[in-house]
Amino acid sequence: MSYVTRRKIVSRVMEILCGVAVILALLPLAAILFYVLSQGASSLNLAFFTQMPKPVGETGGGMANAIVGTLILIGLAALFAVPVGMLCGIHLSEYSNSPFSSVVRFAADVLNGVPSIVVGIFAYGLVVLPVRRFSALAGGVALGLLMIPIVVRTTEELLRLVPGGLREGALALGATRRRAVFSVIVPAALPGILTGILVAIARVAGETAPLLFTSFNNHFFTTNIMQPMSSLTVQVYTYAISPYEDWHRQAWAGAFLLVLIILSLSIAARLAVRRLERMNRP
Amino acid sequence: MRRSSDDRWFRIGTGVFPALVLAIAAGIAYELTTDSMLSIRKFGLSFWTGKTWDPVSGVFGGYPFIWGTLYSSILALILSTPIALGIAIFISELSPRMLRTPLTYLTELLAAIPSIVYGLWGIFVLTPLIRKLEVLTPDWLKKVPLFSGPPVGVGMGTAAVILSIMVVPFTSSVAREILKNVPVAQREAAYALGATRWEAIKVAIGYGKTGMIGAIMLGLGRALGETMAVTMVIGNAPIVSLSLFKPQYTMAAVIANEFTEAADELYLHALIEIGLLLFIITIVVNVLSRLLIWTATRRFARVIVMPAAVEEPEEAVA
Repeated sequence: MSYVTRRKIVSRVMEILCGVAVILALLPLAAILFYVLSQGASSLNLAFFTQMPKPVGETGGGMANAIVGTLILIGLAALFAVPVGMLCGIHLSEYSNSPFSSVVRFAADVLNGVPSIVVGIFAYGLVVLPVRRFSALAGGVALGLLMIPIVVRTTEELLRLVPGGLREGALALGATRRRAVFSVIVPAALPGILTGILVAIARVAGETAPLLFTSFNNHFFTTNIMQPMSSLTVQVYTYAISPYEDWHRQAWAGAFLLVLIILSLSIAARLAVRRLERMNRP
Repeated sequence: MRRSSDDRWFRIGTGVFPALVLAIAAGIAYELTTDSMLSIRKFGLSFWTGKTWDPVSGVFGGYPFIWGTLYSSILALILSTPIALGIAIFISELSPRMLRTPLTYLTELLAAIPSIVYGLWGIFVLTPLIRKLEVLTPDWLKKVPLFSGPPVGVGMGTAAVILSIMVVPFTSSVAREILKNVPVAQREAAYALGATRWEAIKVAIGYGKTGMIGAIMLGLGRALGETMAVTMVIGNAPIVSLSLFKPQYTMAAVIANEFTEAADELYLHALIEIGLLLFIITIVVNVLSRLLIWTATRRFARVIVMPAAVEEPEEAVA
C-alpha cells in the first residue's frame, strides 16, 4: 500500500470514529430520556400532584408537598441570586477593564465549578448551624449561591451585546451613568437576561446534593421556610434508594416531572434567544 | 460636579455586589476551615493518609475517599476524553452545516439532565446491564486486579461509566469553542502542504492544544465534585482497590450519605474536612483549567488582529 493511500485511509477512519463518538454520546441520552419517559409517564397520575406521600406499605400517594417545596426553594434561590447576580453583572460590564472586574469574573467562573455539595456545607454553616435546625431557607440560600455565578456571567455577556450607540446617545443627552444603565442599557438587554435567569433556574432546579442537609426532607406539607421542606429531587433520591417497588415507581414519576420542567425551561430559553437574535439582526 | 459624584456613587454602589461574590468565595474557604478545626487539630496530615473511617471509635482517615474520587474521575476522563473530542471535531470540522446546531443542542442536553436522574437511571438500568457484563467475565481475566471482585454491578466501573457520560458535554463544548476559534489559515496551510483532512484537523488541535487541555481539566473538575449519580451506583464502601468491580466510595458521596448522621462534633468536623479537601482540589483544577482556556483564547484574539487574518469562508456563503 502506498504512503498516500495509507494516509487517506487513516484520515477516513478517524473521521468515521468522530462520528461514532457522537453516536456513543447520544446513545445514553436517548436511553435516559426513553426510560424516564416510559417509566415516568406510566407512573404519573393526578394523585401524584395532589396527594401526600403514603407511609411504607400503602400504595399510591403523591408528591404534592415536594412539588410545592421545589417551587418555594427555587423562588427563594431566585430572590437571593437575581438581584445580586444582575447588579454584579452590570458592574462587570460597565467597568469591564478594571483589574477588580477581572478578578471577580475569574472568581465567578471558579465558583461555578465548586461542587454543589460543598456549597451545601457552606449554607449549612451559614444558616442551619446557628439555629440548629434544617430549614427551607438554608436550601434556598444554597441554591441561590449556586445560581449567582451563572446570573453574573449571562448578565454581563448580554449587556455587552447592547450596541454602544445606545449608551452614547443616553450619555450625550446628559444622562448620568446610573440613568443610562438603568433606563436605557439594562432594558435593552432585559429579555436576554431573563432568558439567562431561566437557564440558571433550570440548572439549580435539578440539584439534590446541597439540599440533603439544608432543606432536608419533610413528610408533611409545609410552606414555612424556617422548617425542613421536601423537594422533588430529595424525594426522588429517598424513593430511589428504598427497597419498595411502589416507591421506585414514584421516583420515576418524579424524575419525569423534573426532566419535563428542566427541558421546557431550557427549550423556552433557546427559542427566546433565537427570537432575540432575529430581532437584533440589522 | 454633581454628575461626577453620581457616577462615583454608581460605581461604588454596584461594586458592592462583585465584592459580595468575592466574599462568598472567601466565606466558603473560611467556613470549611473553621468548622473542620477539631478534625484538623486531632489528625493533622494523617487525615490524608489514614485508611480507617470509624465513627464509633472516633477515628477518621480520608484516604479511601480521596482515592475513590481521584480514581473514578481519572477513569471517567479516560472514557470521556476521546468521545468529547470526537464530538467537538465532528461538529466543528466534519458535520454538514444543518446538523451543527441540533447536534450541539443534543450534546448540551446531556449537561441539563439532573444528576439525580442519572443516578436513578444508573441504579435501575445501567447497574443491571453492567452486572450482566461482569458475570460474563472469563476466569482468566478475573485474575487481573482491574477485573477482580464479585460481579454485583454497583462499584467503581459503573460509577466511572456514568461520570464519563456526565462529563462529556462540558469538555466537548469548550473544545468545540476552541476549535471554532482556531484561524482557518492554520488548516489552509496544512491543506496547501498536501495534508489529508485528518492531518489538517490534527494541526488545528495542535494549535489549540492549551485550550484542549483546559477543556479536559474543566471536565475533571466536574467529575471530582459530582455527587448524587456516583453515590447511587458506586456502592459506598471505603475500600481502596484498583478493581472496577468492587464497591468503593468518594469524597462527595461520604458527605452526602453521612452528613445528617454525624452525631458528634468530631464526626461532623471530619466530614467537613473532607469537604474542605474537595474544595481545595476542585479550586486548583478549575483555576488551572480557566487559565489554560483563557491563555488559549487570548492567543487567538491576538492572531485575529494581525493583518494576515483570514476571512471566514462560511460568512461569505451566508
